Amino acid sequence: MQIVFLLEQVVNGLVLGGYYLLIALGLSLIFSVGGVVNLAHGAFYALGAYISVQLTGYIGFGPAVAVSPLLVALLGILFERYLLRRFYSADPILGLLVTFGLAMIVEQMIRIIWGAPPISAIMPQALKGSFIIGDFLFSRYRLILLAIVALVLAGLWLLLQKTSFGRVVRAGIQRPDMVAVLGIRLQPYMTTIVMLGVGMAALGGALFAPITIVHPAMGADVLIVAFVVVVIGGLGSFWGVVLAALLVGVVRGVTIHFMPAAGEASIYALMFLVLLIRPRGLLGERIEKFE
Amino acid sequence: MTSYNRRHVLKASAAFAGASALGFPAIVRAQASTIKIGHLVPLTGFLGAIGSYAQLGVKLAAEEINEAGGITGRKIDLISEDSVNPATAANKAQRMIEQDGAAVLLGEISSASALTIMQVAERNKKVFFSTGARSDALRGKNCNRYSFHCDIPNTVMVNAVGTALNQKGLVKGKKFVTLTADYIFGHDLLKAAKSFFAANDATLIGDELIATDVTDFSPYLLKIRQAKPDVVCCNLAGNQVTNLVKQYAEFGFPYPLVGFNLNTGDAWAAGAGNLSGFWPTVWYHTLDNPASKAFVANFTKKYGKPPENHAWIEYVTLKLLAQAITDTKSTDSEALIAHFEKQSQFDIMKARKAYFRSWDHQLVQEAYPFTVKAKADMKDQWDMLVLGDTVPVASAPLESIYPNKEQNPCAMKA
Repeated sequence: MQIVFLLEQVVNGLVLGGYYLLIALGLSLIFSVGGVVNLAHGAFYALGAYISVQLTGYIGFGPAVAVSPLLVALLGILFERYLLRRFYSADPILGLLVTFGLAMIVEQMIRIIWGAPPISAIMPQALKGSFIIGDFLFSRYRLILLAIVALVLAGLWLLLQKTSFGRVVRAGIQRPDMVAVLGIRLQPYMTTIVMLGVGMAALGGALFAPITIVHPAMGADVLIVAFVVVVIGGLGSFWGVVLAALLVGVVRGVTIHFMPAAGEASIYALMFLVLLIRPRGLLGERIEKFE
Repeated sequence: MTSYNRRHVLKASAAFAGASALGFPAIVRAQASTIKIGHLVPLTGFLGAIGSYAQLGVKLAAEEINEAGGITGRKIDLISEDSVNPATAANKAQRMIEQDGAAVLLGEISSASALTIMQVAERNKKVFFSTGARSDALRGKNCNRYSFHCDIPNTVMVNAVGTALNQKGLVKGKKFVTLTADYIFGHDLLKAAKSFFAANDATLIGDELIATDVTDFSPYLLKIRQAKPDVVCCNLAGNQVTNLVKQYAEFGFPYPLVGFNLNTGDAWAAGAGNLSGFWPTVWYHTLDNPASKAFVANFTKKYGKPPENHAWIEYVTLKLLAQAITDTKSTDSEALIAHFEKQSQFDIMKARKAYFRSWDHQLVQEAYPFTVKAKADMKDQWDMLVLGDTVPVASAPLESIYPNKEQNPCAMKA
């Protein structure tokens, strides 16, 4: 029986990893292309949650979850065009400072608009409850969440691997100077990448709002885990981040199974270990401009 | 041109962030004739959400007192800040006393931070009103004569919910699993819960200690299902209660979820249809008495929402402190302590008046178990709780739900 319980934690960890993935992937993409660690990523996650909760009152739960990331993605365009773009070639510390500042501004704006106390977010009754398949228990809502993540992941992979857009982006990660020599402006590509990245973060927020507390600082909570995932996975690697997100989910679940009190510490221990053995991350590629 | 623009944006955003981060300008520090009160409450972290309610409550009380001409002609100058964590809380408390000249300290929700502020208060011989911390240990083995405790302690919460659970036959012979916050408050609450289970023939078949930064409970929920309890009991605090309640509803387990700690703000944040079971509370805005109704009306008018229990306790505490300063005509610590140790009675918007018990300085008052209203019966999003029978019953002395001298090891050091 013990082994079944353990397996159940592993499966649950994979589901949770899918959620981490939604946030970490955008963070990783923005860093690989632009070289800026976007500390405001969590703020877009929070905005996604708040806007979807607000919209739910007018257009219902499903449409709100779909529309909110689109609105935040539009904000992402402004963010890239007027703020982030100025910091691609600047000292990395400036990029950190400006995105950290933006994160604080967004958090305070949320406080001003929606108030400091958390707002309540509920899911339709039909989505509650759990499936029991054999000995395994799944939350119905989380399975839906996992399916959406899988769709987003597949779409993003196809976009990056199978389209001319993706080729330019991948080339831009490795050799931006060569891309420029070939007469291709990277800026519109960057705008799209940032839009996609913050849109995914907002989708994460919108999807997680019904099962987590929606409060102004929620972005800061999630950013740390997303960052850990990116570091473990390795910068610039699509599958590295996927692998890391799932690994973090599973390691946390299994640790909680055996040693509940160490659950949160386990993901940092994992990061520590990976950094000792493979400083570039599990599947991290060598990116010339960051060496 | 570009560099001008960038700088401009940076400056503007820095100014904006700064201005909005400070709820109100600390620069407008008033003259020497004011009474300075140092107020600390968590505004960030897992208790930040309910802390924001607390701050609204104390601000309302200060404004009302100042509008009415202050305390013996002196206005209150409330210095209110985020306590952040136990170490920062102690540093800020020390600074408020030393540099800002605070005569009294007030606030806190985290038992861990309250403990460090208590030590600062004792060292500086200044009175500290711990408004929202519920750990028994603060009024027990860690008590000191400069600290007063306003919220109900863990033992009272366990007694309040326990009485209701017993009436429903949910204790005797039942198997419990508890989820406990891994810091002084949770440990303390678990201790009170364990003695309750032992005294009432219930078995504790599992306990999970949970770090205060956990937001996803799914691995713990799976463990609960494996343990197959009769009742699941939540010994968490703040945001974690909300997260657990939401995710418990998400998984839809058949075991009733009850809890020995809840602040109304956490219940509101969970939203209609997610919360169920039996929980304790110290005050709720539907209590039917004139003082309570007036406070609720004023608060709602000002902030557009009803007060949460932390807003209430902060409001009541500052008001009773103002009364004490008026009566003793002094902000001197010794005079205030002597005044409160006389066990004078205060109207705290409940059926029975409350008093600070002289030997452990805790506010002895009524408490309430509650159940949750059906979604269809809710008048608005805040009309969520159905209060059960007040504990203790009207015929029993208030102290009957509090630990007595044998149970509470408070040796007040001079």
